Amino acid sequence: MSTPIDYLLHLADNAVVLGQRNAEWCGHGPILEEDMALANVSLDLIGQARLLYQRAAELMGGDATEDKLAYFRGPHEFRNYTLLELPHHGALVGYAAADRDYATTIVRNFLYSALMVHVWDGLQQSADPSLAAIAAKSLKETSYHLHHSRDWLVRMGDGTEESHARAQAAVNHLMPYTEEFWTTSPAEGAAVAAKVAIDVWALRPAWDALVNDALAEATLTRPNFHGYVTEGKVGLHSEHLSYLLGEMQGLARAHPGATW
Amino acid sequence: MYTQAMDIPDESGKKLAAVSNAPSDQEAAFEARIDADGRIEPQDWMPEAYRKTLVRQISQHAHSEIVGMLPEGNWISRAPSLKRKAILIAKVQDEGGHGLYLYSAAETLGTSRDQMLEGLHSGKAKYSSIFNYPTLNWADVGVIGWLVDGAAIMNQVPLCRCSYGPYARAMVRVCKEESFHQRQGYEALLVMMKGTEEQRAMVQDAVNRYWWKCLAMFGPPDADSPHSAQGMRWGIKRISNDDLRQKFIDATVPQAKVLGVTLPDPELKWNEARGHYDYGQIDWAEFWNTVEGNGPCNKERLATRVKAHNDGQWVRDAAQAYARKQKERALKEAA
Ligand SMILES: [Fe+2]
Ligand SMILES: [Fe+2]
Ligand SMILES: [Fe+2]
Repeated sequence: MSTPIDYLLHLADNAVVLGQRNAEWCGHGPILEEDMALANVSLDLIGQARLLYQRAAELMGGDATEDKLAYFRGPHEFRNYTLLELPHHGALVGYAAADRDYATTIVRNFLYSALMVHVWDGLQQSADPSLAAIAAKSLKETSYHLHHSRDWLVRMGDGTEESHARAQAAVNHLMPYTEEFWTTSPAEGAAVAAKVAIDVWALRPAWDALVNDALAEATLTRPNFHGYVTEGKVGLHSEHLSYLLGEMQGLARAHPGATW
Repeated sequence: MYTQAMDIPDESGKKLAAVSNAPSDQEAAFEARIDADGRIEPQDWMPEAYRKTLVRQISQHAHSEIVGMLPEGNWISRAPSLKRKAILIAKVQDEGGHGLYLYSAAETLGTSRDQMLEGLHSGKAKYSSIFNYPTLNWADVGVIGWLVDGAAIMNQVPLCRCSYGPYARAMVRVCKEESFHQRQGYEALLVMMKGTEEQRAMVQDAVNRYWWKCLAMFGPPDADSPHSAQGMRWGIKRISNDDLRQKFIDATVPQAKVLGVTLPDPELKWNEARGHYDYGQIDWAEFWNTVEGNGPCNKERLATRVKAHNDGQWVRDAAQAYARKQKERALKEAA
């Protein structure tokens, strides 16, 4: 059985979209060291996306390239979790503007990297040797992202009254989006069947333990889930993704066929 | 990237008073070390004016690195390929790293990073005026690498031999990375020049806007340069503004030819007798006007730094509060 390309795109789109979001802090971080840390996270994610798109392009053949996949697919073709495309602030419509909130950034990086350390760990045994190699490299990077975001989550939660309130608000806002981790998309199902992917559902207890432990140390509470389960990974996104892609893809699309 | 000649006067360097009338033993030792081209280290005695000049220069340089993250950061989200995006993020991150080493070097002179940032945010301290111009098309990123980092290298290589040890050592590391940036910028432009008509037009447009601004980065002509003589005496400045500028022009003209762009100066031509390129008049009125705050982006650059700092206050407060609590917990446990 061959590697389901849609599954590689899911992993690649996750990385590129969150990489794009993290890079938005470059030049605007709360302290110079954090500008650099988030640039580093972003660089790792863009690097992961490139390898995954390259692998997908290789399997697709024809004139597929990493940049065709990143720059010339529309929002409905993107397969990332909705969580990752959200702006760095609370719940607002797509065309609303608000200041970036570092708590939102940190909590999102934490929730995602807490999942991905387990996913990459499992994918090291993927039947696709290219994906297994990408997973080994990504695991190291993601462990750092988890470490960085967890440290800040604890500092914020157990810091000042304001930082605690902001961190709790970010947890309340973002936690519902993590429900999307636990549904199974057709691409994931096919990849699991092909032994290319691991069953994410099986990672839930480990993720829960990581999250609950960090929230407890941060003196934050985990909200009970109620609400809408997002479906970004099957191409049904929030209003925010088309803005993100519009900005990211605009220049490349204005010069189709150009080499940079 | 960085800096214009680091002798732009600013408020933080206003009072460069003569220290004393009769040279003390310490002063004689300092002078002897300078004359022997030795290094001054943080624990060594140094004249107050030397210390102040260095703090002004190193902090201007550090501010330039972090303000310089903004014009290029402007294109990260829109970089036209993932490879160029990654290169640009890494470059802007390097500039932040340069800011960090430089703030640390300046801190060895007894001024804290907070004090230096206060100088930047209040408008008292200067940064390189090249960053007060906008980045209007993607080729600006490559041109900044090629020309702005290139000019910075010309300015900074001599600083690797600066008399103040921590600054000289920071410069060695910074210069290595700046040369890497310059090569990457130039390479990006080479690719664009081999591309479409529109890509070539972007490169030419960016060169047209940045060429003269880069020449001004070397600072005012030697005849009008207020701090140069003392800086030379102290081994803080090694080569004059005009000599550096000439060196930069001589090195850049052949690169422009290979690239296939026109440098926007009709008077630019080889002078056999001098063994250098002649060049036209730099618009110093425009330069000083921009240094004084009236350039196209001065207000945006500074306001953006101030906003980032103010918006980040709660995050820094949280880190401090948490560290304090951790310390108290450790003490309680020990008791
Ligand atoms: Fe640079
Ligand atoms: Fe730099
Ligand atoms: Fe620099």
